Amino acid sequence: MKKEGEIRIPSGCAISGIFSKSDRKIGGEDIIRSIAVMHDRSNGLGGGFAGYGIYPQYKDFYAFHVFYENRDAKKECEAILESLYDIINLSKIPVRKIPEITDEPLIWRYFVTPLPSKLADSQLDEREFVVRSVFRVNITVRGAYIFSSGKNMGVFKGVGFPEDIGRFYRLEEYEADCFTAHGRYPTNTPGWWGGAHPFALLDYSVVHNGEISSYDANRRAIEVHGYKCTLQTDTEVITYIFDYLNRRIGLSFREIASVIAAPFWQTIEKMEPEERQIHEYLRNAFESQLITGPFSILVGFEGGLMALNDRLKLRSMVVGEKEDRVYIASEESAIRVIEPAPDRVWSPKGGEPVIFEKKADKEENHAVDFRLSRI
Amino acid sequence: MEKIDATGMHFKELNSLVRRSGHKEVTILNCIGQRYIGTALKTGSITVEGTPGNALGAYLDGGHILVKGNCQDAVGDTMNDGEIIVHGNAGDALGYAMRGGKIFVRGNSGYRTGVHMKEYKDKKPVIIVGGTSGSFLGEYLAGGVIVVLNLNGETLCTGKFTGTGMHGGKIFLRTENGSILPDLPPQASVRESTEEDMAEIRTDLERYLSVFRIEREKLFSGRFWTVTPNAKNPYTRLYTAD
Repeated sequence: MKKEGEIRIPSGCAISGIFSKSDRKIGGEDIIRSIAVMHDRSNGLGGGFAGYGIYPQYKDFYAFHVFYENRDAKKECEAILESLYDIINLSKIPVRKIPEITDEPLIWRYFVTPLPSKLADSQLDEREFVVRSVFRVNITVRGAYIFSSGKNMGVFKGVGFPEDIGRFYRLEEYEADCFTAHGRYPTNTPGWWGGAHPFALLDYSVVHNGEISSYDANRRAIEVHGYKCTLQTDTEVITYIFDYLNRRIGLSFREIASVIAAPFWQTIEKMEPEERQIHEYLRNAFESQLITGPFSILVGFEGGLMALNDRLKLRSMVVGEKEDRVYIASEESAIRVIEPAPDRVWSPKGGEPVIFEKKADKEENHAVDFRLSRI
Repeated sequence: MEKIDATGMHFKELNSLVRRSGHKEVTILNCIGQRYIGTALKTGSITVEGTPGNALGAYLDGGHILVKGNCQDAVGDTMNDGEIIVHGNAGDALGYAMRGGKIFVRGNSGYRTGVHMKEYKDKKPVIIVGGTSGSFLGEYLAGGVIVVLNLNGETLCTGKFTGTGMHGGKIFLRTENGSILPDLPPQASVRESTEEDMAEIRTDLERYLSVFRIEREKLFSGRFWTVTPNAKNPYTRLYTAD
């Protein structure tokens, strides 16, 4: 079978997320029940989860989750990791053997911190150092793929229906401040463990329902900045765009939404001068990061969760809120199955980012009412 | 009246139980995301408690569906005849390509309400939304009637791009004190509804009022506007210009 990156097949999908605004953690069981309701939106060729705040005992270390096709790949990858990092813990990721999930690769987890001398020699900041070493492994070591590289967070994914993938990874044993989930119906690529969602780099993770038509333009533009898209899936490029615009350029998540789901020029023309100036700048400066075609995405990051639809809203997305919990899913039923009586249920508009952040300031703890007018 | 508990049931099983009931009166309890309920139903009625999945009442052909809560996307997709009543909100693409029958929603509707509806001779679909609708209301509308009542008196009763690509049918918008009409694309033009326009929807409005027990005075305290295709400028390039 041809793998991700070798073939492009011309997807439906399901996404779900739960975010806790308080210190009350979310059990892995909840996110599995939510995504399972939307079983028929995926076809068994990919499922996955991202959990934030799941490794409090190792919160200062980067958690690398790695797929290996064989022991040679593991040896080669570990040699690179050992040359760059202090590995304070390594183990197989605990899984449960179930008949629904087969042919899994070797799945390992490393808690690491860059060796101070190597980091100093590199003259890079720590996060750039980590990104470069992740790409080095993923590009040069055949059969090794680092699919999760953030602190105090982790991605768990594979080929199968998402609820089975969740049981496989014993997700019920994790507690998180935020979970996202994805059920995959791959349309452009064949479906391989590495190609399942979420896609992640550092603490940024993306789950995506849709199919972006600007993939190749976005890919070419982001590869200029040192990223390498190895899998031909559009979600990979979205992840790198977030890393580039947030970590490297310093745009806020709200500004990023105005870049990737920019309002039409005809909408911008009708804005007040100050607002118009911002949007004209963002569209002109980051033209190549405009994403067209249908998408609904959930972007997890340290301390927050963002939901965004394409500007024409060609995919569905529903938000439910109940006390300290926020639920976001492709379908309302995926919210009601775990929270039958939300205080509020609503649908974000196309191109309108919905951002929840965990902050000390409780006033900030509700959806930010984006003042810029949208489609 | 037959009751079916949909807890943990796949849509195939649920829908075959509904069909086996002989198309009389069925109540579905604890519905949670099961799709295609009431597909092509010709007679009888289905009451749904819980949250039905996408494409509720697709190809509905004379049957009656009542939903006590919210619906998801594509309710009444390509519906031909019958009636769907939703006490909560409806999702995106409500009445997608609908060609006959009526859909009454008490709450709001999502994006692309009535997208590509059409009419032919006596077949004339009707959608009435009590609250507001999302953007692209009546996109590519070819026939039939969509009414957005804005009963909560929001400033805008719809989102943007109402009537984009519209070339037939009518969209009625209701305003109250303080609410304004949306900007319309060049393909559409708006006028205050005439007696003749109102006569076209009077029977359906009366039915709507009685179904949801709404006061006539409340409804008619607002002003009605009729959006029709603008014969002078049938198409512009919305999707290609940007």
